[in-house]
Parts: sequence; C-alpha cells; structure tokens
Amino acid sequence: MARDTALRIDAVVASGLVKDFGTTRALDHLDLVVHTGEVHGFLGPNGAGKTTTIRILLGLLRASGGRVALLGGDPWRETAALHRRLAYVPGEVNLWPNLTGGEVIDLLAALRGGLVQSRRAELLDRFELDPTKQIRAYSKGNRQKVALVAAFASDVELYLLDEPTSGLDPLMETVFQDVVHAVRDRGRTVLLSSHILSEVEALCDRVTIIRNGRAAESGTFAELRHLTRTTVVVETARPPTGLASMTEVHDPSIDGHRAEFSVDTDDLNTVLERLVQYDVRSLTSTPPTLEELFLRHYGDQLERDTVLEAV
Amino acid sequence: MRILTAADFTGTRRLTRLAARRDRYTLPAWWAGLGLFVAGTTALFVRDLARYEDLVQETSLVATNAGMRLIGLTSGASVGGYMLHREYVTLAALAALMSTFAVIRHTRQNEELGRAEMLGSTVVGRYAGLAAGVLIAVAADVVLTVVLAGAIAVNGQPAEEALLAGASVGAVGLVWVGVAAVTCQLSSTTRGATGIAAGALGFAFALSGIGNMIGSVDRAGLTVTSAWPAWLSPIGWGQQTRPFDEAHWWPLLFAVAALGILLAIAVALAARRDVGRGLWPERRGRARASRALLSPAGLFWRLQRSAFIGWAVALTMFGLIFGSLTEQIQGLEGNAKDWWTQTGGTDQVVDAYQVSIIQMAGMFVAIYLVQILLRMRVDETGGTLESVLASGVTRTRWLWGHLVNAIAGCVVLMVLFAVSMGLTAGQVLGNPATQVRELVWAGAVQVPGILVVGAAVVAAICLVPRWSVPASWGVLLTTLVVGPMFGPGLNLPSWVQDLSPFTHSPKAPAVDVTATPVLALTAVCLGLAASALVALRRRNLALPA
Repeated sequence: MARDTALRIDAVVASGLVKDFGTTRALDHLDLVVHTGEVHGFLGPNGAGKTTTIRILLGLLRASGGRVALLGGDPWRETAALHRRLAYVPGEVNLWPNLTGGEVIDLLAALRGGLVQSRRAELLDRFELDPTKQIRAYSKGNRQKVALVAAFASDVELYLLDEPTSGLDPLMETVFQDVVHAVRDRGRTVLLSSHILSEVEALCDRVTIIRNGRAAESGTFAELRHLTRTTVVVETARPPTGLASMTEVHDPSIDGHRAEFSVDTDDLNTVLERLVQYDVRSLTSTPPTLEELFLRHYGDQLERDTVLEAV
Repeated sequence: MRILTAADFTGTRRLTRLAARRDRYTLPAWWAGLGLFVAGTTALFVRDLARYEDLVQETSLVATNAGMRLIGLTSGASVGGYMLHREYVTLAALAALMSTFAVIRHTRQNEELGRAEMLGSTVVGRYAGLAAGVLIAVAADVVLTVVLAGAIAVNGQPAEEALLAGASVGAVGLVWVGVAAVTCQLSSTTRGATGIAAGALGFAFALSGIGNMIGSVDRAGLTVTSAWPAWLSPIGWGQQTRPFDEAHWWPLLFAVAALGILLAIAVALAARRDVGRGLWPERRGRARASRALLSPAGLFWRLQRSAFIGWAVALTMFGLIFGSLTEQIQGLEGNAKDWWTQTGGTDQVVDAYQVSIIQMAGMFVAIYLVQILLRMRVDETGGTLESVLASGVTRTRWLWGHLVNAIAGCVVLMVLFAVSMGLTAGQVLGNPATQVRELVWAGAVQVPGILVVGAAVVAAICLVPRWSVPASWGVLLTTLVVGPMFGPGLNLPSWVQDLSPFTHSPKAPAVDVTATPVLALTAVCLGLAASALVALRRRNLALPA
C-alpha cells in the first residue's frame, strides 16, 4: 500500500533496475527516486550509467530487470502518453543539419504537444540564440541551447536533462540556473544529470550519486554531509599530544600547537571535549564539499586507475 | 598569391596514409563495383550483338534517335563502342562522384566534424590536408582506369583500346578531383560542397548531351559528330576519345589541364579563408516552422524533398526520351526485336518495349525507395531518432511517417514517368490520351512489386538493424539480377527468377492485369511490414553513445 502511494507521488521511482548490453552490465540494481516538485541531481563519472538510466525512463531502452515508474506510468508501455508530460534534453544534441534552430524548436515542441509562445520568445532572448541559423552552422553550445529552448518552452510536469550545460559558457550557465529555478517555482520536477558539481550544488534539492550502475548514495546535501567527515583545523595552547591516537580522529597531521584532522559528524562532540583539555585558541571546521563527497565515492576508483597506469 | 613552399605541405605523406587507411574498404568497393558492372555489361553485349547485322542495326538505332544521342556518343559499329554509348555517361558520373566523395571526405568533412582542427594543431602544413585528399582521389582514378580496362579486355576487346576507354572514364574522375577541391573551399558543409560538385556534373552532362543531340550523323548512320557544346564538357572530352573507333588520346589532355587549373584555384581560395569556414556566407532560414513541418511525416518529407525532386526530374526526362524512342522501335527487325519481345512477353514489339521500359522504371524507383528508407537507419544511429521519440511520437508513428513518404514517392515517380513516356509515345503513335492512360495504369500496377523491396528494407532495419544496410542493397541487387531484366538473359532457372517481385509484376500494358499477382505482392508487403512493426516495438534502439 505504501509503495502504491509512493508511485503516485514521486515523479520517478526505479528500484533494482538492471540493464545488460550483451554481457556488459550497464545498470546493476539501481535505485532512484525523484520526488515531484524537486530538482534532483544525478551525479556520476562517465560510463556510470546515467544516460542509460534516462533512456530507460524515456522508454527508448527496455530494462532487463527491476521496476521503473515514470509519472506513475510504465515508460516502456505508455511511452508516447508519458512523453506528452515531459521534456528531454539529450547529452549529445543530434539534430537535422538543414533545419533552422527555430524550426527545430517548433517541431520538437509540436511533437510533444505544443509550447508557450511567450516563453519561446523569452528563452530565445535570454539564451541569445539566433533561430534563423541552420543547425549545422551552430556550435555545440548553441545546439544545446536549441534543445534547452525546445524543452523549457513547453510547460510540462517533468524535465529530464542529461548533462545539458556541458557546452555552455558561464554566462549561459547562469541563465540556465535561473530557468531551472523558475521551473521549480512553478512546482515542476527536474532530473538533472551533471558533471558540474557547483551547478548541482546550486540547483538541486537532492542528489543521487551513481557508480558502476548502482546508486552509491542518495539524499539531501545535509544527509550526505552527515555521512561524511568534517575537516577541523585547531590551534591549542598546549600541544595536542594523544589526539592522534583517538579512534574518532582520522588523517591527523599534528605540527606543534597546530593540528589538522577530519572527523565523522557523529563524533564531533567527543573530539571537541578532548580538544578543550588542550586549551583551544582558534578553531575552524569545514563541512565537506560536494567535491569531497564525490571523491570519497570515486576515490578508490581513482587509486585503482593510478595503480593500473603505474603498471 | 604567395609562392607555395615545401612547408605548406609538411605532413602530407602521413595524412595520405591516414586517408588510405580510412578508405581501405570504400575505394576497393568502388573499383570492384564499377569493374564488375563493366565486365558484366560488356559480356552481355558481346553475346547479344555477336552478329554484325544486329550490331549495325542497334548502333544506327541509337545514333539516329535524338533522345539516345543525349545519353551517349556513337562512334561506329563495335561492341566496345556500343557498350560505351550505353554506359559511358553512367561510368563517368560514378567516377566523378567517387572522386568528389574522396576529396571531400578528407577535406571539408574533416573540417566540419572538427577533425581538421585537431590535425591542424599538429605539425602539418596549411595545404597538407587538401593535398592528401587530392592524392588519394587521383590514385583512386588511376586504379579505376586500370580496373575498367581489364574489365573490358577480359571480354576479348583489344587491350590498348580498352585502356583508352578506362582512361576516358578515369579522366572525368580526375577533373572532379579538381572540382571537389574547389567546392570544398566554397561551402562550409560537406553537403554543400558535394551538392555544388554534383551540380557541376549535371551541367557537364547537359553540355555533352546537348552537343551530341544537336550533332550530325554520318551517311551510314553509325557515327555522330558532336556540336560545339560537347567540347565544353569533361564528359564530352572523354567521349571524343572514341576508343573503339579512331582512338584519340589527346582529348584527355584537356582533363589533365583542367585538373591543374582547378587545383591552382583551390589553393588560391584556401589561402583566403579560415579553417572551418567557406567562402560563401551561410544561409539564413525561417525563424518559425511552417505548419507542414510539424509532424513526423512532414519532417521526413522536408528532409528528403530535394532528393525526391532530383529523382522526379530525372525520371520525367527519361520518360520523355524512352517514349520518343517508340518511333525507332516500330521499325526493328531480327535479333533486336527478339530481345524486346523476349523480355516483354508479347510479339507486338511496341507493347513489349513499353512493358520492359515500365518495368525498368519500376526498378529505378526501387533504388530510390531503398535509398530513402535506409534514412530510417541513419535516423537511429545518428541520434535524431532519440529527440523524436522522446517527444511524444510512438515508434509506430515514426515508422508510418517514413512509410507514407516512401509509398507516396514511389507512386508519384511512377506516374510522372508513365505520363511523360505516354506523351512522347502518344505523339509518335498519334494517340497521346490513350497512351498516357494505359501507361499510368501499367506504372501503377508495378507499385506493389516495388514496395516488396521497400518492405524488405524496413524488415531488415527493424529485425537485423546492424546488417540492414548491406542486407537492403543485397536484396535490391538480387531482385534486379534474377528479375525480368537480366534473369532470362542469364538463363536462370524459373524458380530463381520467381524470387524477384518484379518477375510477378503485371506485364502491362501488353497483357491484361490480373488481380492475383497484385494481391499476392501486396500481401507479401503487408506481411513483411507487420513483422517489422512487431520487432521494432520490442527491440532496443541503437542510439549513439
């Protein structure tokens, strides 16, 4: 019963999603839940399975196993009906080279069920896109803008964006973020797959980190931060001897009266109590950045790659 | 213009080797295809025109008819000469296209796809890319010359004349190496550059065709002396070598000179433009889509419109020519008459001729159909399908959008051909209205047979997507070879001939149309299409990574 309610409320529910391409397993029991009305970040390195997931959500690929619901429906069976309620920006924008940008925007929106004329004009203006040029004459960034305008000019329930800003300059990145904020303010849902951590941090309510076809972590930033360690730099009147031997203290580097270490959020109190004994003069504590979260999940992969390269 | 230095060509060798490596299947496929085509048709004419009287009659037929002069130059009665009359323009055009594609593949396409930028940042000279494209294409034309000479010589034709015949084709290829080198400086896109080169080819064909058409025929009716426009065309230069008659090598010097001049122009133009840009400004288009574009069918029509128009013009022109040939056909005797009546299924030579020509038109339209339907595969692998299917279009509707265009295109092309053939045939026979009516009906009943080939292509795309391109062309080639045009001539057993849908297409207007074969062919189409649809709805799509 609880699951049925969840299906109705959440824009995307995937559980135990498996996708095999021949003998390669692209998705390995992936879980992903996107609540309605949120901007959900979908983070992962190249080849982690982000695009495969989105293509399954679009009914372009058929899942080999697991359950998936999109806007309460089955993306493989009710493909076209669901597509009228969503807009998609592919990671690699492949369009018809001899149509103009304006024609492509109208075409894609019409196939989806229409667009809001005033918004089309506004978006063209904000993204500084010339709609009279042929697609072949656009740069990568401008082709991406065509896809973005085509998507955001339609008023739909769900926006699926697959690395939509990889070719945009910082100015256009800001415009993009404004547009996503506006969409969320209207109560729409956005699934944003991205490499750009600052973008995800600025836009997303919750994130799912995917790795080797599995969801490695999922939650709000606060929740994710909770799972990881805070960096503490402290200066004390007495040398903090014995600090390094505490099990709660990780990666300590102690230099006379100055110590730098990281500590699990749950252990902060214990460590602070001990620090007081050394007479604290100054203390800075830095919550983990998204980069650190990200690196923590991929760190061992990086190390393994380094080892491989060394071989 | 600045003097060229060796530094401008640094890295040419490496780039040429890269180009050769990239073309290691493409170019041999061109050589083999053209070589087999020439070997096959020469063998056919060697056999069919073994009697000298037949050769003379056929030659005088094509020399005295203005329409046939348009498509080839006649130069005395010889099997080799007759083969060149029939095939030279096709061969020259294909050689020109081979050269054009090769040059553009290694120059403009590299720039358009951004590869040239990466290569250009390494140690290569300004003109190294262009030089590599030109070298590889020139080499391709030289090999083609030798292959074609061999293909003619193995059929017992004199070796030196065969070499000249090969060179007359290769020379046109050489000129288009130069043409493409220039057009890829003018346009900033691969399509644009290819389009201008193809346009130049059409113009060259028109010049040589008109020059031959308005030329004069000698008293024996076997040799045509071309009028001056033919001498302005590279195709005309090749024809004027008259390999199996007077055998002149000197007209080929024009081709070599043209290549040199065009390359000089290309280098001069290349010095005046930026990498990635053309000399001609990019075209602007509409800021809003017209209503007609806003559906899958409308979109696909827009994308194939220009290809369709090209086919429509060509088929209309051929319809007019073949209709006017009725006059010469009426007077045929002997072997030449037997050839038509054998393939036409009636002893009335004009009827038999019309049956054959309508069926031949059907086979041409089948080529169009295969070419157009294979764009579905390009849609899928090129990534444009992803955007369409992600925006509320079902797979069925996408397929239907392609089918509507393909079927309507086939019908319109057949009708255009039939009407234009009926008009000129009717002028000869004095009953245009009847001719048009009968031929349009004859053309219409060919459509189910043509569509069987199309349905096979769609089934291949949906069932065996990875193999769909070779499978589709393979099916087309098989249906043509075992069908009524070549099957009887190759003495194939009847069950093999029955494999081709064209064997079952009604032999109208000579024979009354019966419903059974038309319905059976339609049923085969529907069966293939249904299996394709079922497969398409189930399978994964091969989207770009």
